[in-house]
Amino acid sequence: MSVWVGKSTRLLVQGLTGREGTFHALACRDYGTQVVAGVTPGKGGSTHEGIPVFDTVADAVKATGADASMIFVPPPFAADAIVEAADAGVAVIACITEGIPINDMLRARAALDRLSGVGRGVRLIGPNCPGIITPGECKIGIMPGRIHKPGTVGVISRSGTLTYEAVDQLTRLGLGQSTVIGIGGDPVNGTSFIDCLKAFKDDAGTEAVVLIGEIGGMAEEEAACWVAGNFRKPVVSFIAGQTAPPGRRMGHAGAIIAGGKGTAGEKMKALEAAGIGVVRSPADIGRKVKEMLGR
Amino acid sequence: MKVHEYQAKALLARFGVAVPRGEVTDSPAEAREIARRLGGSAVIKAQIHAGGRGKGGGVKLAKDPEEAHDLAKRILGMTLVTPQTGPGGRVVHKILVEEALDIARELYLGVTLDRSRGLPVVMASRSGGMEIEEVAAKDPTAIVREAIDPSTGMFPYQARTVAFALGLTGDSFKKGVAFLQALFRAYMETDASLAEINPLLVTKTGDVLALDAKMNFDDNALFRHPDIREMRDLSEEDPLEVEASRFGLNYIKLDGNVGCMVNGAGLAMGTMDLVKIAGGEPANFLDVGGGANEEQVKNAFRIILSDRNVKAVLINIFGGIMRCDIIANGVVAAVREMGLSIPVVVRLEGTNVDQGKAILRESNLKITPADGLTDAATKVVAAASAASATNPSRPAWEI
Repeated sequence: MSVWVGKSTRLLVQGLTGREGTFHALACRDYGTQVVAGVTPGKGGSTHEGIPVFDTVADAVKATGADASMIFVPPPFAADAIVEAADAGVAVIACITEGIPINDMLRARAALDRLSGVGRGVRLIGPNCPGIITPGECKIGIMPGRIHKPGTVGVISRSGTLTYEAVDQLTRLGLGQSTVIGIGGDPVNGTSFIDCLKAFKDDAGTEAVVLIGEIGGMAEEEAACWVAGNFRKPVVSFIAGQTAPPGRRMGHAGAIIAGGKGTAGEKMKALEAAGIGVVRSPADIGRKVKEMLGR
Repeated sequence: MKVHEYQAKALLARFGVAVPRGEVTDSPAEAREIARRLGGSAVIKAQIHAGGRGKGGGVKLAKDPEEAHDLAKRILGMTLVTPQTGPGGRVVHKILVEEALDIARELYLGVTLDRSRGLPVVMASRSGGMEIEEVAAKDPTAIVREAIDPSTGMFPYQARTVAFALGLTGDSFKKGVAFLQALFRAYMETDASLAEINPLLVTKTGDVLALDAKMNFDDNALFRHPDIREMRDLSEEDPLEVEASRFGLNYIKLDGNVGCMVNGAGLAMGTMDLVKIAGGEPANFLDVGGGANEEQVKNAFRIILSDRNVKAVLINIFGGIMRCDIIANGVVAAVREMGLSIPVVVRLEGTNVDQGKAILRESNLKITPADGLTDAATKVVAAASAASATNPSRPAWEI
């Protein structure tokens, strides 16, 4: 069991013919993902590394039945690529691109909300994220596939390498993962922690969840509040940036303590109050999951 | 990106936001002339990025052009310390000479992103001149919030709602509504992340003007605003951070003595936390990015060592996409070139980790390998405190 992507997922890649797009599309295909199409405007009709290329997402969907997209389009054009995929009815859109202007994302989100309002909702993962992987079945994104192992721990994270760190710890302890979702480090994104938690709640194949947050915004507090009222599976959490100074953007566009809000301390307190197993050190994530699962 | 008050006001004026008359200068003689043109009396305002300038003596009223000259002379070149600059303060290079206005009321207006709702929000309060965080802490109900749909812009009724909440009436009400709509348009069209008018001034004759203005911009959108990008003032930024940005490195200087080089922003923050848990203090945040090459690793090293507080360095890499052998080669090249004088602890994990470890081992350099996160943090903190005890001051690597 898994969340949102699996063996039957048919992936198209927007920005396939670029350097990054090519490299990661092939890595996904090598992992076992069905990579069925690429989209690069102006290159429709050609073939790239054995993958058919189309001018528009709509063409690609019509010809191949693609139901997921991975976006490697450069930042100025990435929000447009998201809306194009949504309008073409692609169910799961993982936007890897980092550096999309906030106002572009606000407009894209408004467009997605309008589609959702007429029953054409889609799931956007990211942007500025490593993607989503169901180990052993389907990898959509830039994460190193080999550190993952099929299993029953769901992972949700705002950070890339920190997620790899957590997954690696789990795998070494013999704890596989159901699905690992990177929701991204931007202040305006698609899928939230709560969206993921809802999906993991309904997924019989997920026994426990790791939630990796960082300073900035209120997403962790909101997740804590939801967990307290709705979620019974064990949750382990680490919040990065306990030592981060206020007012400074720590790499990710969304990782900033502004106006005294969004500190790691507040988030950890809220998570603990919700019964979540909060670890101080990122080295303890795997161990804590094992402990909470009683293994 | 941040800009100065005079730059923010010039941008806002382009969108029809009412601002006081004034000019910027770096010369006392010119300040005298500007004051004369403004009718004699003028306000001299130090232009630094940090707030709280009035408290530090950076804002003064001159009653005539001669006093404007004298005050300008005093303020230009001074090191202004405010609650926001830190104890080191900032040197004043420019002043804004503005018309002196009579004050009937001081209000607060701000536009920023509401992350939870995913919408821009206009915030207003009747407590002008106070930090909005202070108002929020004291009486959250004193702040009016109006979320705006970016695809429709601010409807007139929304501007009216805010203007009524601020208690504006008559002519001031009309001017306030126009001010609000212009401000929101300026915020959206310049890709600002903050547009704050504090205080918003209502004069005795009913005019509504931005007495102060602070604007921050979304770095990711600067590519479509070359004019705003030009306004960047490097003298307001940490020289090491400016240097790092030239090489595509994300570096933030902190106060500790353990230098950190990490790939990925989340892991970089997590590594700082590890250092702290092990009893040390991180000297910096540094994300070398997901696709760093040897050259970037070398530059990252050089920048970390330029901070003379650094007594030991921790390199923490989880090679997902990035290969550990590339990192190892970069570290070895950097150490060879710079003749490293302080302890370096390296923790490598992920792609090509064995090759990476072999490269470090065979280099015969004094690099301490670490197994796992906790081991790495413990070793580097021990090394840093040992080095501090024996050699409290170290010459910085020249950049």
